[in-house]
Amino acid sequence: MPGEFVDQIFVAAKRWLLSLLPHAPDWVVQIASALLNIILLLGVFATLFALISVLERKILGRIQNRYGPNRVGPFGLLQPVADGIKMLIKEDVVPIRADKVVHFLAPIMMLLPAILALGVIPYGRNMTAFSIDGGILFFFAVGSAAELAVFMAGWGSNNKFSMLGAMRAIAQMVSYELPLLIVVLPVVMIVGSLSPDAIVAAQDGYKWGIVPRWFVLTPWGAAAFILFFVAGLVESNRTPFDVPEGESEIVAGHMTEYSGFKYATFFMAEYFGMFAVSGLAVTLFLGGWHAPIAWLEVVPSYLWFFAKLAVLLFVFIWIRGTLPRTRIDQVMSFAWKFMLPMAFTCVIAAAVWHYQAHGWAGWLSSLGIVAVVYLGLSRLLDTRRKFATRTYRFAE
Amino acid sequence: MTPTLTIFLILSAALFCIGLLAALSRRHAIFILIGIDLMLAAANVNFVAFWRFSPEPAQPTGVIVAIFSIAIAAAEAAVGLALVIAVYRHYRTTNVDKLNQLKG
Amino acid sequence: MSAAAFIVIAIFTLAGAIAAATMPRLIHAALSLVLAFIGIAAFYFLLGAEFVGLVQIFVYVGAVAVLIVFTILLTRRGQEDTRGFSWGGVVVAIAVFCGLVWAILHTRVSDAAPQIDPLTVKRIGEVLMTNYVWPLQCVGLLLTAALIGALILVAEEKR
Repeated sequence: MPGEFVDQIFVAAKRWLLSLLPHAPDWVVQIASALLNIILLLGVFATLFALISVLERKILGRIQNRYGPNRVGPFGLLQPVADGIKMLIKEDVVPIRADKVVHFLAPIMMLLPAILALGVIPYGRNMTAFSIDGGILFFFAVGSAAELAVFMAGWGSNNKFSMLGAMRAIAQMVSYELPLLIVVLPVVMIVGSLSPDAIVAAQDGYKWGIVPRWFVLTPWGAAAFILFFVAGLVESNRTPFDVPEGESEIVAGHMTEYSGFKYATFFMAEYFGMFAVSGLAVTLFLGGWHAPIAWLEVVPSYLWFFAKLAVLLFVFIWIRGTLPRTRIDQVMSFAWKFMLPMAFTCVIAAAVWHYQAHGWAGWLSSLGIVAVVYLGLSRLLDTRRKFATRTYRFAE
Repeated sequence: MTPTLTIFLILSAALFCIGLLAALSRRHAIFILIGIDLMLAAANVNFVAFWRFSPEPAQPTGVIVAIFSIAIAAAEAAVGLALVIAVYRHYRTTNVDKLNQLKG
Repeated sequence: MSAAAFIVIAIFTLAGAIAAATMPRLIHAALSLVLAFIGIAAFYFLLGAEFVGLVQIFVYVGAVAVLIVFTILLTRRGQEDTRGFSWGGVVVAIAVFCGLVWAILHTRVSDAAPQIDPLTVKRIGEVLMTNYVWPLQCVGLLLTAALIGALILVAEEKR
């Protein structure tokens, strides 16, 4: 069947490449297989990074009613090449009072976990680079190393703006990691597994033959998906939560003292982190590589995954283009007063849905729970009532 | 040759003693906490190694104890570091040798 | 379990631990501690306890190390007296190490690792929720108490 062949073309290609080493011992084959996975992963995401860096500027330009970059190559598509060359030939400035080793290691520490986290996401049928039983836990375990990297950058630079930026970044990353983890919990509860492959497999099939069984189409799933997306925005330091690098306040936060290729590495790590969070959101809530309509399953599975990823990335850029930056105290109180209770509500709503056999009654009651808590919280947290009516005095 | 239980035990003993060294020799309160964390982690290695080499590995007791122990280590670190901050606020030092009076 | 992987990880872990114990600057020590913790997590992977390894990285690198560096930040002015070092501790540590090694070498232990099925997360979850449900609740209570205690300790005193 040709559809299946196209779907599995990468898996088959890898099997063919590995069969070129017929008499090699087991561990050589394992290492070769791992290397192939890593090379493919890095190649795909480096290309995606180059593409998204120019597309982001194009889309932002569109939103702000101007042209984006359009000088280098057709439609400015070669802009990333020019940017890369510019970054490479720039002088690498290290402050004289900096902690040299820490300053040097910070960008590497930042990039490494983002790449590792990309490894556990299933990109297509049988296409998980690093398929382990506790994949979701692995994702968050390596992701938590990013906080240390931010700290290293801030401390190593020996600059007060860097330090302030790093403290802000760590504070908000720690606060949002909690809701980020807890909204994953309902999915893990329903599926009964921490493995991303099992989670994608659980979202297979169509209700009444049309509606896909994606978790985002249940009330708790929709709420959890939005919470996950917001927390993901914070974790990848994107607008409107980019206070750690708010240009108008603290120059560039923890990246102030970085230049040239190290700065580019930070930039890359940020985008890789964004890909990882979006990829996990697709896996957890948007049905992974499954097609939205049954008869569209002839399209290869990896194309569906990357299409969904592209939509999420577009929303990231769209939000950046339209929302202003929040204040740090607003960011923090939003995490603890709104995100956390809502995340717990999602867990309860998912449990109710599950124990009413995934039927209509469960659907409605979980919707009710989410809606009641949402309305209650938004009434409680409404700060507008605290101000007296504003009166204006004009010259009489 | 595959690593045996004895080698794992010696390794965790070495880790434990490095932690002990940090806790005993350094005068800074945070170093002492680092030492205690290392000692706890070394004990955990022992639990998991004993589980792996036990005659009945189907019963994951050692693993469960290690998980509990990690949770307790987290609580220990949180309280310990909160104490360090509280002491620092009061005495303006984190050197444990200078904290030698009971009077507040 | 291969010997080569064991040796590499052992060197990595012990180097990290020794650096954490002896580095003159606190921040370097804290970062070397992270290396040691990652090495220990690698040992868990080697021993077939993936879940514990992941929890180890998650808790120690993600939480404990971040707490330690935050505390270093908040108590920065005490940095000049981090160099205090007493050689008595070294003597005691070496003595304890020799005693432990003597005890380990004179104990008869079964060195053959039995073949096991991989320990799945599901199995750990089942055991935690059946045989160990009371210890689990106690740990939850302890963590809550520690959280509240830590908050009260560091809260600014109102005057």
